[in-house]
Amino acid sequence: MRPADEEMTDVAEEASGADGGLVFHPLDQFIVKPLIGDGPVHWYTVTNATLWMAIAVVCIVLLLVTGTRGRAVVPNRTQSIAELIYGFVYKMVEDVTGKEGLRYFPYIMTLFLFILFANYLALLPMSFSTTSHVAVTAVLGFGVFLTVTALGFILNGPSFLGMFWMKDAPLVLRPIIAVIEIISYFVRPVSHSIRLAGNIMAGHAVIKVFAGFAAIAAISPVSVLAITAIYGLEVLVAGIQAYVFTILTCVYLKDALHPHH
Amino acid sequence: MEGDIANMGQFIGAGLAAIGSGAAAIGVGTVAGNYLAGALRNPSAAASQTATLFIGLAFAEALGIFAFLVALLLMFAV
Repeated sequence: MRPADEEMTDVAEEASGADGGLVFHPLDQFIVKPLIGDGPVHWYTVTNATLWMAIAVVCIVLLLVTGTRGRAVVPNRTQSIAELIYGFVYKMVEDVTGKEGLRYFPYIMTLFLFILFANYLALLPMSFSTTSHVAVTAVLGFGVFLTVTALGFILNGPSFLGMFWMKDAPLVLRPIIAVIEIISYFVRPVSHSIRLAGNIMAGHAVIKVFAGFAAIAAISPVSVLAITAIYGLEVLVAGIQAYVFTILTCVYLKDALHPHH
Repeated sequence: MEGDIANMGQFIGAGLAAIGSGAAAIGVGTVAGNYLAGALRNPSAAASQTATLFIGLAFAEALGIFAFLVALLLMFAV
């Protein structure tokens, strides 16, 4: 081996563990483990994912219960946060779906709060990011898809299918557009859930990749700065993705309520 | 450099899939830039269109995330 190669290998070995690659794998943080012992994971096993989802639910309950306990005219801090979130989601549902959509406001509020809290709790060091798993977001996404489709048929009957038959398009193009519309309709839950999981997973993996670079002495200051910057970005992304998931739910709900617009 | 040709193909494929992230960046930039251009022309209408902005951003970004997912699948799942 030539000297240049040896030098390269030294740098590489400094950054890598025994079996090559980074010191830790950037995707190791997403492994679902049982909380007690390390047996196989069944559907009823209490895992770290279960724990962090439960923590998210407890935090939401705490915020809303303590926030609405006082019902002061001049709200304190907790009540202000609870009222802000409530008003924000209420206005979003009203703006996108109209007055009729407000009947489904509790569902959308639940989705928003759960995703928001899961995203933000995932940003705590050593925590587990539940929304980075497609299994979790797919349940939410397909739940929305089934609800909205069922609602569309219940409210509009078979005329809900008119959503795929564009009356404005020329007659020759209508079947082609119908096929495209149907495909895009069925891709909705997939993109809806993968968007959330992918964004969160990508952000957390990038943080871990830069944390791996911190093991190399020469570039460790740069990588620590980069982690700080990306963490700031991730705080932004966590909020935006919760917002995007909810607003897309509102858009899909609007399609079910008014299929001919 | 050891490793077989299948591994090499995986890594090259993952690298090619990462180009999709750049393409999504162009899309997101177009959406945000056009929104800003429109918002500066008519600031009074801007606030009512932020929801549309975020929906557009989400759709543009989703395809970049799909490209990233393909890269991850090639790297770790195939």
